[in-house]
Amino acid sequence: MGGIPHDHYEPKSNSEKWLHRRLPVVGLMYDTLMIPTPKNLNWMWIWGIVLTFCLALQIITGIVLAMHYTPHVDSAFASVEHIMRNVNGGYMLRYMHQNGASLFFVAVYAHIFRGLYYGSYKAPREITWIIGMLIYLLMMGTAFMGYVLPWGQMSFWGATVITGLFGAIPFVGESLQTLLLGGPAVDNATLNRFFSLHYLFPFVIAGLVIIHIWAFHTTGNNNPTGVEVRRTSKEDAEKDTLPFWPYFVIKDLFALAVILLVFFAIVGFMPNYLGHPDNYIEANPLSTPAHIVPEWYFLPFYAILRAFTSDVWVVIIAETLTGGIIDAKFFGVLAMFGAIAVMALAPWLDTSSVRSGRYRPMFKWWFWLLVVDFFVLMWLGAMPAEEPYATFSLIASAYWFAYFLVILPLLGVIEKPMTPPATIQEDFEAHYPAKTDGGSPAVNPAE
Amino acid sequence: MSNAEDHAGTRRDFLYYATAGTGAVAVGAAVWPLVNQMNPSADVLALSSIRVDVGDLAPGSQMTVKWLGKPVFIRRRTEEEIAEAQAVDLADLPDNDARNENLPSGVDGDDGNRFLPPPAGSEDAVAGEWLVMMGVCTHLGCVPLGDAGDFGGWFCPCHGSHYDTSGRIRKGPAPTNLPVPPAEFVDETTIKLG
Amino acid sequence: MIKKLTLSALAAFGLTTGGAIAAGAYDSHIEDFDFSFEGPFGTYDVNQLQRGLQVYTEICASCHGLKFVPLRTIGDEGGPGLPEEQVIEYAKQFEVFDADLDDFREAVPTDHFPESALENAPDLSLMAKARAGFHGPYGLGINQFFKGIGGPEYIASLLTGYTGEEKEQAGTTFYENTAFPGGWISMAPPLYGEDVDFADGHDNDLHHIAEDVSAFLMWTAEPKLGARKQAGFAGVLFLTLLSVLLYLTNKRLWAPVKGKEH
Repeated sequence: MGGIPHDHYEPKSNSEKWLHRRLPVVGLMYDTLMIPTPKNLNWMWIWGIVLTFCLALQIITGIVLAMHYTPHVDSAFASVEHIMRNVNGGYMLRYMHQNGASLFFVAVYAHIFRGLYYGSYKAPREITWIIGMLIYLLMMGTAFMGYVLPWGQMSFWGATVITGLFGAIPFVGESLQTLLLGGPAVDNATLNRFFSLHYLFPFVIAGLVIIHIWAFHTTGNNNPTGVEVRRTSKEDAEKDTLPFWPYFVIKDLFALAVILLVFFAIVGFMPNYLGHPDNYIEANPLSTPAHIVPEWYFLPFYAILRAFTSDVWVVIIAETLTGGIIDAKFFGVLAMFGAIAVMALAPWLDTSSVRSGRYRPMFKWWFWLLVVDFFVLMWLGAMPAEEPYATFSLIASAYWFAYFLVILPLLGVIEKPMTPPATIQEDFEAHYPAKTDGGSPAVNPAE
Repeated sequence: MSNAEDHAGTRRDFLYYATAGTGAVAVGAAVWPLVNQMNPSADVLALSSIRVDVGDLAPGSQMTVKWLGKPVFIRRRTEEEIAEAQAVDLADLPDNDARNENLPSGVDGDDGNRFLPPPAGSEDAVAGEWLVMMGVCTHLGCVPLGDAGDFGGWFCPCHGSHYDTSGRIRKGPAPTNLPVPPAEFVDETTIKLG
Repeated sequence: MIKKLTLSALAAFGLTTGGAIAAGAYDSHIEDFDFSFEGPFGTYDVNQLQRGLQVYTEICASCHGLKFVPLRTIGDEGGPGLPEEQVIEYAKQFEVFDADLDDFREAVPTDHFPESALENAPDLSLMAKARAGFHGPYGLGINQFFKGIGGPEYIASLLTGYTGEEKEQAGTTFYENTAFPGGWISMAPPLYGEDVDFADGHDNDLHHIAEDVSAFLMWTAEPKLGARKQAGFAGVLFLTLLSVLLYLTNKRLWAPVKGKEH
């Protein structure tokens, strides 16, 4: 593994040497845990640990819930009630799994926007970014299928609407949708395969997380200055970094404890706040709820999906040019996936020579406008599809695309960035002046 | 090393230990529910105690009910059956143990230690007429047949074990008497199992 | 095929709720009842649950069911808490179908409450969680944050919200109700006040009966509410301690790096 020069694991005793020659697992763990980490990381660099925790939480509570859940249309809803009423502590396990999904998405959005602000996606971290986007897509798939499992009204109709998106694809759409559902409509076959895939995907995510970590351990973490750690020598690198253990582990654990405190308050006192009441009604294929609203974490993209109706000029042009192959429905689907695709392409769309948004005076404004745009879209996604929300959705969707496709490329040309500090050490010491007794303080983590 | 530094070191160590200890408790508290959820759930536990209406059972007949997934024989014995069971010499029993969960362990296999005491306050009840026991042969788990075998009690068709009118093993490969589960009369006609 | 299904679903939906959708803009009125189980430390009032159970049994149960609720749970601590003998007696009034016997028999505590007797009477097990009394403002969820989602408030408001007006539409009688979305509901007013007599002498006017049965339905929907709040509270307390300790540890760990005295 490449990376920042640092001390590697040296087996000392004979048994350590014996193991290390055959399987260098201790060395791998040591290098991962003691990885030199920029010492100026701020509190937005905690989300990785929170996300890892969320993945573990969802896998563990999920495995446990699967011991009591029945993936059959006749008994799925009742088996969830069985968990809530009969299983020892089942109500907590289920509420934690249910709200754990929300925590997962809070963390992933914070993580993504942190990356967008500090330019974490820029060279040489494109692979880390792309893997992260794949994880995000898989998360959405997992969450969507998990939401179907309780077999409530929202489960059923959410599944019907979302799989309907695939039906919008020209030519193959209808057969693809039938393939996904295993029949003409959402039914037992759908529920069974969603359960199977809902169980599988988290392990695929776990694999991608390992690659994600491997990638950024090779390039080194980005940091608030966007300045790289010096790799000229081990001594230089040590001036910019601290080992991950214990400095960042303890810091991240502190942040995690505070976040879990809020999480427990929600699970304990208002576990259904983020859910939808209709999902406590058993699925009924003959009656649609008055409003079908996805979970909050899908709302921004749901708003983009609905924004492009047949009377919008880009849709009319697309429809005319393609001879009706791209109709409004398909355009909406393309826009929704496109909104994520443009985000994934950010490394190549951002032309600025400076990495961190901290030193980009114009970029900052556009970035914060994107954050606001994201929340506005989230709000619009929950609103009925009528005026004035439709127009707002269109404007907000347009900004989302404009940010990535127009503003990011243009800013690199017209913006005059400030000069970032030369080294991470310089930035760190500007905040925390070194002690006067000379030299960087000797640090003994075991102390 | 000055005293002040020494104190600071101790304080720091204490803080680290306290944090590590609290963290360990947190992990432990998180693990226990994950294990405990595998214990029998409330609906299963509720079935561990059932009530059986025996009001319609005539002397000399028996009923089989399912309890904890296994058959339980409830027999209302005739006077002859009771007399027969009580006449047996305990020395003839292959298993001279009551096998009765309602009594302390180690009680001998006398019929008086096997049957269910009649409901409290009922005067016309025949002492010893109620026999409640698991309907599972103690040999290899088959269900014995009633009113059969060489001793007028139960006979297991699988490997030929003969039980007497008190459900005690008398002949054949089964090692022990049919066990008596926890049972009691809760009113004149209702037996509570478990 | 899929389109057809969706269309027929919409048609079916349109028929059953008829006027409700047509008059979509009707401003439903939900009263904010003050239930004992609200707030972080609120718990169920055992007497109220028992009264609610009585109202449910004597009135609601003739049409509605509670198929997800095991009868034995009315003896649970934190629920109505009836003694064991009373639970057994209570269960006997219901008949359930036993697949083993292939026949109906008297219910025992391990059975569930029966299903709804009428096809168009929804099951009430989860009704208090399946309805939201409070919304907004502007889709922001702020009211739900402070007042709660409002399921039991919705039920109580519905039961007290009949105006007495009736109308007939497509052969069905609809009753005007200020809480029901759309304003017209097909359920005839189930309560008029003084419909039941409470053994504990509690007030049995319409408002109180509605409140009691709503509290009971909240319990059927969320029987573990008390245990859940306790677990949440313990978690919050413990994590507060852990956060403080980790904060101090982190501060002390970083002090030498940040050039501070330690």
